[in-house]
This record gives sequence, structure tokens and C-alpha cells, in this order.
Amino acid sequence: MRAAATTPALVGRLPNGPTLTRAALVLGVGLGVLLAVLLLAVAAGSVGVGPGDTAAILGRRLLALPIPETWAPATETIIFELRLPRVLTAMLVGGALAMAGAAFQAVFRNPLADPYIIGTAAGASLGAVIGIVLPVLLPALALGAGTSLLGIGLVQVLAFAGGLGTVLLVYAVARSGGRVPVVTLLLTGYAVSSVLAAAVALLMFSSGRALAAVFSWLMGSLADASWPELAFAAPLVAASLALLVVRWRGLNLLLLGDAAAGNLGLDVEREKLVLTMLATLATSAAVAVSGTIGFVGLVVPHLLRLAIGPDHRLLLPASLLFGAALLALADLGARLIGGVPVGVVTALIGAPFFLWLLRRSRAAAPVLSA
Amino acid sequence: MSASALVRAEGIAFGYPLPGGKRRPVLRGVDLAVRRGEVLGVLGPNGSGKTTLLRLITGVLRPDAGSVTFAGVPVGEWPRSRLARRVAVLPQHLELPAGFRVAELVEMGRTPHARRWFGSTADDERAVLRALVEADAMDLAGRTADELSGGERQRVLVAMALAQEPELLLLDEPTLHLDLAHQVSLLATLHRLREQRDLTVVAVLHDLNLAAAFAPRVVVLHEGRVAVDGAPDAVLAPALISRVFGVATAEAWTAEGQRHLALADVTASGVRTEATTQQA
Repeated sequence: MRAAATTPALVGRLPNGPTLTRAALVLGVGLGVLLAVLLLAVAAGSVGVGPGDTAAILGRRLLALPIPETWAPATETIIFELRLPRVLTAMLVGGALAMAGAAFQAVFRNPLADPYIIGTAAGASLGAVIGIVLPVLLPALALGAGTSLLGIGLVQVLAFAGGLGTVLLVYAVARSGGRVPVVTLLLTGYAVSSVLAAAVALLMFSSGRALAAVFSWLMGSLADASWPELAFAAPLVAASLALLVVRWRGLNLLLLGDAAAGNLGLDVEREKLVLTMLATLATSAAVAVSGTIGFVGLVVPHLLRLAIGPDHRLLLPASLLFGAALLALADLGARLIGGVPVGVVTALIGAPFFLWLLRRSRAAAPVLSA
Repeated sequence: MSASALVRAEGIAFGYPLPGGKRRPVLRGVDLAVRRGEVLGVLGPNGSGKTTLLRLITGVLRPDAGSVTFAGVPVGEWPRSRLARRVAVLPQHLELPAGFRVAELVEMGRTPHARRWFGSTADDERAVLRALVEADAMDLAGRTADELSGGERQRVLVAMALAQEPELLLLDEPTLHLDLAHQVSLLATLHRLREQRDLTVVAVLHDLNLAAAFAPRVVVLHEGRVAVDGAPDAVLAPALISRVFGVATAEAWTAEGQRHLALADVTASGVRTEATTQQA
């Protein structure tokens, strides 16, 4: 009765969702930060290159701009062959982990979910460690492993397959009667991860001189980043993240719980499977070229929820941009303090920062209980 | 009646699976037809299959035997999202996710109608506004879910269901967590909405007197079957209440001539629980 009179006047005045301007603002800021970090991370290092030269080299090589070469050829090699692939890999991995983390937190309705939660990390680790240790144990294989397929090493391929395969296995084991209860899935993931972690430990025990390489991989390191590896991971990550972003409605609905999501027309079991597999695909591809970098996938979505709210249509792309910028910065830090694995930096700086934020912000409580 | 039935259940039986492959039977052959525009109250003791019946109507559960049709088509053959454009559910309890504003939650009710990738259409916006206004939730639109009281949450849930623009509204004990004033106001709202929107309403209720005041027709489920089906004044007799609920009641009439069921002998027996164990 009141509806007819009130409705027209109120159209467009609802505090409803992220408006296009708000989305443009958040994503614009994210993109700006990302570009600034890109310039900074490529320019900074043991050989300093001015930001002007850096921008000029990038413009020449990436955009084919007609810029005269006023720098030493070695500088261009450092920027383009060493630093740029490493920075871009950091961005790819950081973005993938943050976005996959946001998705997993919604699918499992669990604030402690991270991209590794149902076995990706353990499976990828086992794959990678096999790839590292096998040539040591069986020197005959060393020749085959050294010459890589299109520049992609055995380690990357096995890590990718291990991550993806483990999640498929966990999902299949947890499934009963056409349903995959979240608690069963989490427990299955935990159990399978434990078995795989034991296998990793066993391999490390007998890895001999490869132990340092194994350890560096497990901590997560971008020191070996290269164009071919980036070319292997980037399409996989880009495709799965693009398909993930367009499913924002499903992620939002899953926050209401399975029953309510089903009543709103969502095919809940199918949606969960699709979302899990897309996030796992992105995670596995990222981990394959970086090792298991912790913390980014857990923390970035939480920080962004505090800042911009829980709506996935904005949260997912924002996670991508800010996760990318954060990991590139962390890797810059790792390089500057003498080449420690970047995973050490994310944990050492990220975790205390997160704790501080948690205690400071009252708004953190409801977000974490979501 | 048969031609215009919106929902028709014929001989439906359903049991929940038990460990070991057996099933615990809940419904043992229920026949029910709900006409368009009708308001039906579903009553019965705990565990009599009321919620299960609603889940069979929405297709969340499939019957072991018998069939459920919506608009003449078996519920299992409806694509989920198309059914959700015509059937909305107000659940007993819904954990509203933190951080979302009420208007955003109500907009989630538009999901089955969603056509755009990113945003909503003008139709969506109109439907959300209308739902907020009609559910008396307009003043809550800018609040976040975690700062709502029980009665306010219920208004938000009603608005979410209305945003779906359903023909059939299923309610599962909608008054369970509400005080008396909110119970009455919610049921009054639903009656108003039924007229405004030409809704068909099936409500699982636990309060017999509230059900009698709300629904012109009630069915009482007992041991997996429909014990009675008809106008509340005719079917909610003390003999039936005693048989189905195991509680002795007496009929009383208000000054306006409304019938009222009063619990007999609760205090006289000295111990409250004894009243409920008097089996007929």
C-alpha cells in the first residue's frame, strides 16, 4: 500500500552494493599501487637503476615505444631478463593466492581457510620435492631433469600436478551420496595433507645435498623466476581467476549457508566443486613457480574485507590487485635483505601486522565470525 | 480444486538415511494439494515431518515414493534457478553474513532473476525497494546484518524472500524466535502481502492458536501422515490434540466469540511435564 507511493522517489538512493564509482575508485587505487610497486621493485636492487630509465626500458620493451637507448646494455638485461620476470611472477603469485584465499574462505565459510587448506600445499610440496630429490638419488635422471621441457622444469610440472591431483583426491574421498560436507572436506584435506607431509619429510631426510633447495622451495622463493616459468603459470592463473570473478554471486550466496543458497536457485554442490577447482587451479599454478608462500592468501582477503566489505564482486578483483602488490613488495624486501626466501618475509612482517590490526580494529570481530 | 492446485503432493514417503543403509521414515504417504492464493498452516509435533515436507516441495529433498509437483511439473524437473523465481523460503533460522548491509542482502534475493554480470537492473532495484517497503524493512536498509535484533532480522528475511517475487512462499516456523508482538505483526504482514501480491502461503507453525488465527486451512501431520485437513475451528478439536500431541486441552471462547484452545491441568497436576505425557 505504501509501496506505490514511496518506490519511485527512492530508486537509485539505496545504499546498495558497490556502485560503479566506488568499484572504479577501489580498483583504480589498486591498479595505481600495483604500477607504482612494479616500477619500484624493478628499479631497486643491488644495481640501482633510476626510475626514469626503468620506465623507459619497460616502455621500450613492453610497449615498443620509440625511446632512444641511453643506458648500458647490461642495465637492460638486468631489468628485463632478471628483475621484471621476478617481479611479475611475484605479482601473479600474490594475486592468485589472495583471490583463491578469498574464494576458499567463502566456500568453506571459514575465516581460517587459505588457498592451501584442502591439500594443495602438501601435494605441490611432495611433487616439487620429488622433482628436486629424484635427480640426486638417481643421477641417471639428472640429465633428463636438467634439460627442461620448454624451460619448465620437472619441479614445476610435478608441483602443479601434485597440488591439483591432491585436491581432486581429497574431494573424491570426502564425497558421499552426491554431497561433500564442508567439515568432511576439511578433515579429509587435513588427513591427506598429513600423509603427504610425512612423505615430504622422508624425502628430505634422504635428500643429501639437495636439502637446501628443498628447504628454499618449501619456504617459498621467487629467486628462480624466469620468463618461461611465468609463461607456464600466467595463462592458467589468468583463466581460472577470470572464471572465478564472474561467479561472485555464487560466493556471496554461499555465505548464507547451503540451504538458503539452494533456495535462491544455486546448485550448491556443483557450485562448490567448480569454485574449489578454479581456486585450486590458480593456486597450484602459482605454487608451481614460487613454492609454498604462506600468509598472503589468508591475510589479504581479511584486510580487504575490513576496508571495502565482503561483497565478492569487488573483493575478488581487489584481492588480485592488492595481493599482487603486497607480494611484489615482500619479495623486494627479501631481495634487499640478502636473498632470503620471500615466504620468510611474508610471515615475519605480515603476521605481526595482522595481529596488530586484529587487536586494533573492533570491526575485525564480526568479519572473522562470518 | 485439482485443476488449479499450485502444489500437489501425492503419496509422498520420505526417510532420512541411517548408518548401515537403512532409512528412518519421516513421511509415510502424504497427500496434499495447495491452491493458488491459499494460506495453509502446517501443524504437528516435533519430528512429524513438517520441515521435511517443505524441503520436498522446494526439491531440496527427493521423495522415496510418490510425487510432488509445482504448477503441474514434478519439482525434480524444475531447474533450480527457475523454481527459485517462483518459490521462496523463509527459513527457521538464517545466519546472515556479517559486513553486508541489509539492502545488499535483500538484493541477494534477486539472484534467480539476475541478468547482468556485475550489477543489477532497474527491475532488480525496483523489486528490492518494494520488498524492503512491504516487509517494513526500509529503515534497516543501510544497517549491517550484525547489528539487527531478532525481530529486525526476521523483517530482513521476509524482504529477501519478497525480492524473489515468488508466487509461493514457504515459511518454516517463522515466529519461532519472536516475542508475541512480533509474532502477530509478522503474521499480519504476511496476510497483507498475500493480498497485495497474490501469494500462496504455506507456513509451518508450532502455536495452534496462532495457526488458527492465521490460516483458514490447516493440516496436522502425525506419524508421517496427514491426520486432519480443514478449517482450524473444525479440525483442531481437543480429541485430535490429545491424540496427536498427547496434551489435554479445553476449548474456550473469547468475548468476540473466537475459539481458543487452553491447556488443561498444567498447574493442577503439580508437575508441568505430566500434562504432556497424558496419552489418550
